[in-house]
Amino acid sequence: MTERFDAIVVGAGPAGSAAAYVMAKAGLSVLMLERGEYPGAKNVQGAILYSDALERIIPEFRDEAPLERHIVEQRVWMLTDKSHIGFDYRSDEFNDAKPDRYSIIRAQFDRWFCTKVKQAGALVICDTVVRTLLKDEKGQVIGVKTDREGGDIFANVVILADGVNSTLARDAGFRKELDGDNTALVAKEMHFLRPEVIQNRFNIGEKEGVAFELVGTLTRGKIGMGFIYTNLESVSIGIGCMVGDFEKGGLTPYGLLDELKAHPSVKPLLAGSEMKEYSAHLIPEGGYKAIPKVYGNGWMVVGDSAGLVNSIHREGSNMAMTSGQLAAETVIALKKEGKSFTEQNLARYRSALDDSYIIKDLKKYQGMPGFLHGNRHVFTVYPELMSQAASTMLRVDGIDKKSKEKQVTKSFRQKRGLFGLVGDAIKFARAFR
Amino acid sequence: MTEPATSRPAGRPVEIDERIAAYKGVWVFIETERGHVHPVSWELIGEGRKLANTLGVDVWGVILGPQGEANIAAANEAFAHGADGVYLMEDPILAEYRTVPFNKGLCNLVNTYKPEILLLGATTLGRDLASAVATTLATGLTADCTALAIDLDTHSMAATRPTFGGSLLCTIHTLKARPQMATVRPRVMAMPPKLSDRTGKIVNVALGMQEQDIITKVLDYIPDRNQDQAQLAFADFIVAGGRGLGKVENFRLVTDLAAVLGAEVGGTRPLVQGGWIPQERQIGQTGKTIRPKLYIAAGISGAIQHRVGVEGADCIIAINSDPNAPIFDFAHYALVGDAMKILPALTEAFRNRLSVNRKTI
Amino acid sequence: MHVVVCIKQVPDSAQIRVHPVTNTIMRQGVPTIINPYDLFALEEALRLKDQFGAKVTVLTMGPKMADQALRKALTFGADEAILLTDRAFAGSDTLATSYALSSAVAKIGQTDPIDIVFCGKQTIDGDTAQVGPGIATRLNLQQLTYVSKIVSIDKDARQIVVHRRAEGGVQVLKTAMPCLITMLEDTNHIRFGTMADAFRAARYTLTEWSATEAGVPDVTHCGLRGSPTVVKKVFAPTAKTVKATPIAGDTPESLSQTLIDTLFSAHPGLQEDLESRVASNSQGA
Ligand SMILES: Cc1cc2nc3c(=O)[nH]c(=O)nc-3n(C[C@H](O)[C@H](O)[C@H](O)COP(=O)(O)OP(=O)(O)OC[C@H]3O[C@@H](n4cnc5c(N)ncnc54)[C@H](O)[C@@H]3O)c2cc1C
Ligand SMILES: Cc1cc2nc3c(=O)[nH]c(=O)nc-3n(C[C@H](O)[C@H](O)[C@H](O)COP(=O)(O)OP(=O)(O)OC[C@H]3O[C@@H](n4cnc5c(N)ncnc54)[C@H](O)[C@@H]3O)c2cc1C
Ligand SMILES: Nc1ncnc2c1ncn2[C@@H]1O[C@H](COP(=O)(O)O)[C@@H](O)[C@H]1O
Repeated sequence: MTERFDAIVVGAGPAGSAAAYVMAKAGLSVLMLERGEYPGAKNVQGAILYSDALERIIPEFRDEAPLERHIVEQRVWMLTDKSHIGFDYRSDEFNDAKPDRYSIIRAQFDRWFCTKVKQAGALVICDTVVRTLLKDEKGQVIGVKTDREGGDIFANVVILADGVNSTLARDAGFRKELDGDNTALVAKEMHFLRPEVIQNRFNIGEKEGVAFELVGTLTRGKIGMGFIYTNLESVSIGIGCMVGDFEKGGLTPYGLLDELKAHPSVKPLLAGSEMKEYSAHLIPEGGYKAIPKVYGNGWMVVGDSAGLVNSIHREGSNMAMTSGQLAAETVIALKKEGKSFTEQNLARYRSALDDSYIIKDLKKYQGMPGFLHGNRHVFTVYPELMSQAASTMLRVDGIDKKSKEKQVTKSFRQKRGLFGLVGDAIKFARAFR
Repeated sequence: MTEPATSRPAGRPVEIDERIAAYKGVWVFIETERGHVHPVSWELIGEGRKLANTLGVDVWGVILGPQGEANIAAANEAFAHGADGVYLMEDPILAEYRTVPFNKGLCNLVNTYKPEILLLGATTLGRDLASAVATTLATGLTADCTALAIDLDTHSMAATRPTFGGSLLCTIHTLKARPQMATVRPRVMAMPPKLSDRTGKIVNVALGMQEQDIITKVLDYIPDRNQDQAQLAFADFIVAGGRGLGKVENFRLVTDLAAVLGAEVGGTRPLVQGGWIPQERQIGQTGKTIRPKLYIAAGISGAIQHRVGVEGADCIIAINSDPNAPIFDFAHYALVGDAMKILPALTEAFRNRLSVNRKTI
Repeated sequence: MHVVVCIKQVPDSAQIRVHPVTNTIMRQGVPTIINPYDLFALEEALRLKDQFGAKVTVLTMGPKMADQALRKALTFGADEAILLTDRAFAGSDTLATSYALSSAVAKIGQTDPIDIVFCGKQTIDGDTAQVGPGIATRLNLQQLTYVSKIVSIDKDARQIVVHRRAEGGVQVLKTAMPCLITMLEDTNHIRFGTMADAFRAARYTLTEWSATEAGVPDVTHCGLRGSPTVVKKVFAPTAKTVKATPIAGDTPESLSQTLIDTLFSAHPGLQEDLESRVASNSQGA
């Protein structure tokens, strides 16, 4: 008995589920394969879910999805070893009827999303690893081979949504090896606290949440960022650096995380909590320049496996879902038009990506990874300087404010030099442009 | 480990169902297999004695087996350990354990003599039988208890056992049915002192079954060649290793120390799962409960599931590189450091000390 | 041949945490699995399928989401799956559970007579090993607990020979089917189902039975009402008040010396015991 489908989706993360859902809804026969025991079993994310991308796929998701808290406040902190200086933005507008972002727990969210995929009519099979892609003599992808006995399954098109590692795309020669300087490794923990404690400690209401982004001296000049997100009964905390930097030694992911948790500004936020679930995961952070080829004869790549992550704004799951949707729409349209799934026809997917916010945003920030690589002092000197400045200005010690200002300016110049400062500002602006 | 009986607030009358009030006394099933009494039986008589004293009732043992001298010897042992009497059911059918005749025999005894509490060892035999009896009698059975007490408010037995993988304890009562049944794992309760001059009554009761009515037959019995299993639970000295040893080769360091001390070796579940040691050497909730005089734990974190198996040890020495390891919360002596370095040094030190002293004897 | 395997969906207790303050179980995000002990039962049943073409029906009692456990069992190769689910079952202890399950087993047997009911040795959440024998007792099945091996089956004579683990050895038992077997752990290894099984499982429509549909004669024997045991209190193990005595030393050697000195001066009996042990050992050698 050979099984044959319109489309096979490999991986039940946000990208795969979005693709499978959209195609199944349109009446296509769809099979989604996931290697985990259940969808989300192996998936790690902070996690913040951006509503827009999902809303375009499942408009009523807010009534059904397992959402933790909607984010009403964003805090950006620069940490030195002893202090932090930060910027907060909080607005009651985030409390409107359709909040724009939520904290979620991926294991639960992915499971829910997958239930929707099944309800839409797709077949989902977990605990099954796709080992290779099946190709015909002309190189057209015609199906997949799984690790189960009798595991060849056929389809007109295969959508690879197998995440950052995408061994499949690599083995099929669609993509190069992961690059350590373009890939971050993030360690993450969940810390359990009672909801009242979380609400008091973070100054939020019952369903409200806070998201922190952290940079600072913790990563010893290595490019890296941390985060803290409040869930209903837990706080997610994580920090990561480029794989390349870890490889060079000196830093370990859990070592960094331990230091972050022990930081005097962070420690009280976690006090009395019970740690559960330690995990580590990669994020593709190469941005625009690192995007591989995303389609070919009988195949498309979506989400993390296509490197679609905006690391500056920590957006990944939204790009995953949108790219999944766009790939699905390509399949639906071609099928409707009775066209085959050749490279030429699937090029539509890439055009759709180009027209979407995904490629536009990634293009806009394309200079960022390069900038950070060349300007490590963002993670060393600046936090120190900012903190010294704040400390100097805020300390009441009989010295007049004007002299203090001078002292601050002087220390900035000493540490980085006027040229450096101006240069950084210009480069930074360019990278962001 | 017995919790003190909770005292009843003065003036509140205890209402006891008449049907329930007809049940009196504490019974302990004395587990004999092939002429050998499982020591958990004596541990339970010790525990049953405490419950009976609180209730002001007698403790009775129950022996089911084939006719023989051994039964009288077992009854006398039971008296010596604290029983007031023994119900003795002798029948060749009972020579080997089988659920049906044992269930019938024990249920008949209960229905005739009506004990309020019935305790059995949580062995393969005890668990098999207890479940059948509790189902037949439609009463409550609490498995693997770690503490038994009497709650005077409800006049019922408070049976405490681990729950949720051992992370919590819960106390369970059987309020509206009798007898209140519980099983207890070997070595969880202390062995009571033995007073050889104690005596008691023996009441003989017949089973009243025919062999041809019993469908299950015992074709053979293959005794364990290596008696490891029993030995670990009853060993006085045990050295154990955990995942902190890093790799299987390092388990040698544990074996070496054990050899010098004449101790048994054991380990945690990950080692069993990793194939380093056989299952019968696993110590803890799903392994053996131990009560040695000395327990040395190397590279063991002290997870609750391990802890419940070793807490009965008189003296626990823990070697762990992490000063905050939970094992230091219940060990008596803490050696903070690398087990791979400390174990060999400790082995040498013990070897020297023990042999030096021997020469001077 | 028809065999029924009772499986239970349990929280993966390795991942359960107890809230340090409230002493409540934190279930959030704790994945559920098939009770690991039940997999040995399932695999043994599947081997009978390989050998005798037995039909394997899996049965579970639990909330609706327990269907995941059943579906998983189907991917291993089970043929049919039945979910027993009803509000009336909530809060069941082992007596009430075995009552409900035995009713369902009896009902299954009405349409397709059963030769063997398999259970796991015990569950990792209830951890009682009582439900299997409970079902056997109620249905008058020959009860074979802690089975380490099925030695032989005579299909025509409806007889089975098994090895049963006893405390000091192994009993070789011969009995008649129908019987109930609780499988000992580590006796086999669950297979990885074929792709065809995975497809069948994904497409399979589970049978869902309420108490009435399962033919439960008296619902007052189910759930909380039908449970003689009452959980009165749940609490965390008390921390020992006295911390371990730290042993100090610069080198492993001095550490060891200090330990032995401290140990033997605090427990002179221990020293005597050890010495006499070593002395008798070396005499024997
Ligand atoms: C710590 C961390 C924090 C993050 N925070 C955020 C955030 O706050 N907001 C945000 O939007 N994004 C965030 N991201 C990024 C986001 O998680 C990813 O961009 C997103 O998960 C990508 O989705 P995906 O479906 O492409 O891949 P994944 O979610 O990785 O899913 C891939 C799936 O494929 C399966 N799979 C892989 N190989 C195979 C195979 N051979 N056969 C079968 N199945 C296979 C995997 O098991 C997995 O389920 C974060 C990432 C990390 C690591
Ligand atoms: C239902 C259930 C039942 C269980 N039953 C049991 C049971 O019966 N028995 C059991 O043991 N477990 C049981 N477990 C498992 C238990 O929860 C723990 O996972 C297990 O006890 C941990 O074993 P460990 O201490 O060897 O390993 P770990 O927890 O990994 O601890 C290793 C320790 O070694 C230390 N260490 C590392 N390197 C060194 C070094 N060089 N020198 C010294 N120390 C070092 C570390 O600091 C750490 O504390 C059960 C679990 C469940 C869920
Ligand atoms: N709710 C349930 N549904 C199906 N089978 C069960 C259930 N509870 C227990 N069992 C079976 O009974 C065995 C012993 O369970 P327990 O008595 O809870 O340790 C398990 O291994 C299962 O095979």
